[in-house]
Amino acid sequence: MVEMAARTAQQVVRAPGYARLAKRMGILVFVLLSFVAVAIISLRFGSLSFTSGEIVSALFSETDSLARNIVMNIRLPRLILAGIVGANLAISGALLQSVMRNPLADPGLTGVSTGAALVAVTIMLVFPAYGGLVPLAAFVGGTLAVLLVYFLAWNRGIDPVRIILAGVAVNALLGGGTSLLSLLYSDRIQGVLMWLNGSIAGRSWYHVRMLAPYSIFGLIAAVMCIKSANLLQLGDDVAKNLGLKVNVARVVLSFVAAFLAGISVSVVGLIGFVGLIIPHVSRLLIGSDYKFMLPLSAMLGSILLIIADTAARTVFRPVELPVGIIMAVVGGPFFLYLLRKGGAMR
Amino acid sequence: MIAASRLTIDYERKIAVEDFDMTVREGEIVSLIGPNGSGKSTVLKVLSRMMKSRGGTVHLDGRDIHKLPTAEVARKLSILSQNHVTPPDFTVRELVTYGRIPHQKWYETINSEDSSVVEWAIQKTNMQNLAERSINTLSGGERQRAWLALALAQQPKVLLLDEPTTFLDICHQLEVMALIQDLNAELGLTVVMVLHDINQAAAFSDRIVVIKDGRLVAEGTPLTVLTSQLLRDVYRVEAEIALHPHSGKLYCHALGLCRAHREETHCVSTCHTKRTEAHIAN
Repeated sequence: MVEMAARTAQQVVRAPGYARLAKRMGILVFVLLSFVAVAIISLRFGSLSFTSGEIVSALFSETDSLARNIVMNIRLPRLILAGIVGANLAISGALLQSVMRNPLADPGLTGVSTGAALVAVTIMLVFPAYGGLVPLAAFVGGTLAVLLVYFLAWNRGIDPVRIILAGVAVNALLGGGTSLLSLLYSDRIQGVLMWLNGSIAGRSWYHVRMLAPYSIFGLIAAVMCIKSANLLQLGDDVAKNLGLKVNVARVVLSFVAAFLAGISVSVVGLIGFVGLIIPHVSRLLIGSDYKFMLPLSAMLGSILLIIADTAARTVFRPVELPVGIIMAVVGGPFFLYLLRKGGAMR
Repeated sequence: MIAASRLTIDYERKIAVEDFDMTVREGEIVSLIGPNGSGKSTVLKVLSRMMKSRGGTVHLDGRDIHKLPTAEVARKLSILSQNHVTPPDFTVRELVTYGRIPHQKWYETINSEDSSVVEWAIQKTNMQNLAERSINTLSGGERQRAWLALALAQQPKVLLLDEPTTFLDICHQLEVMALIQDLNAELGLTVVMVLHDINQAAAFSDRIVVIKDGRLVAEGTPLTVLTSQLLRDVYRVEAEIALHPHSGKLYCHALGLCRAHREETHCVSTCHTKRTEAHIAN
């Protein structure tokens, strides 16, 4: 018995961490396959339903069928947009949780959402003629709000607690502005409500083309942040000791995060939840190493938003719901389940 | 190896350390001792560039530590502070691997040389059987060894330690101290540590630096520095200093608080007043 235990111990020593690596790769592959499955299912359902075979032939054959028309012109761009936005928001949240070393950090904390919302709502309600400017203006608003938060939080360096407090204050201020506008112009509120709860309805290739280049840029930047994000998790002193410029890293990581959230919010409106919950789910599933956690977050964020968007357009059809509402209803219980279960990597 | 001159350090404009000089030669073990709040940990933070001083300079290998690129400092010097946070799922091996980061470019991942250094650090600290365990499941002593392994993986020339034995039982204390001594003898590692235990400082240091109220009080070999008079002046403790009959090492036995301390009940507040005066004078 003792001998056997000793032998197992030796085997463990001889295989340094390979079992864990294999498990992690397994999870990534499984999630990638789920992603493909979810994408196909999402393309099938809507106001008209198709079979998986019809979807595949619509995607890969040139014949001009109804299925091809609907899939290529309506559902595919919507799917891609949901996927990109989900990945952006999840990565944004994951980076911020490392920067703030706070599990409650989400993209909204930097002020990016409320800043974008105030400007977007102002245009939609006060200057409805300039509706086409909403994405650009929302992005500018989000950026200004982030700069304001960091300006307020700066004191010989960046302290996470100060960012959080400044973020809360700025969010309250800008959120108040948005509420005030909504009350003053309550007759025009309908379209604004969809935007404030996030909606991918009616988005087309135009929006994909608008978002994709910036997202690729943001995602590459996020990949370059992996090492810093990992180091920040060990605390400022250890990170500094290992040669990281902690203040610079904090600023860079937060701006990459705010950029990813900002471009997403400006195209589809405010979508909460993904950025807060998905990083936690990833951490529970695959551990805290950002080399694995960040790609998993991106995939899970995409999957979640695609599922939510599919549900948003099918559950109460022909009425479309804002995707943010669906996500809270679907994702909340699932997250609580994972939390109770404890996750595989604990 | 390290030369600090005329250091003045303040916290939120309150002077913590004033006009402090200190030199550490290559291959030396130096202990910083002094009462709580004397500024010894603060000095260590400045020596390791974790904190900036208001005045004075710190030179590492003849170059100003605050002007060196921080990654270059990380290849020469490592500091092990007192409190650590680790994500709950990090294993010992994963943590130790982080010690190689100063030796990598930002896009590089671990290569075979890195992994052999990690392996060596794990063996040196006797963590082989715990390498795949998560840090949070380890005992205090094991955890301290894991963090020491991380510092070793950095392959520093200078190791700074902030109270490396404070939360450990006597066996683990000796284990850590013996490891440090061993690394010093074998690799010529220069060690500067903050210690509370005077006997440990006496047993394991080449030189002792005593600091009180942010000022240098004495420095030299344990034999010349540690005297009953010094303990009375610095700690307000009446103690007997003797050489141990078997080991030949110096040890100190505390007899009680000294009379001056018993009469002056508000020791802490007088220290504070002195510091505030220093602040006003500035």
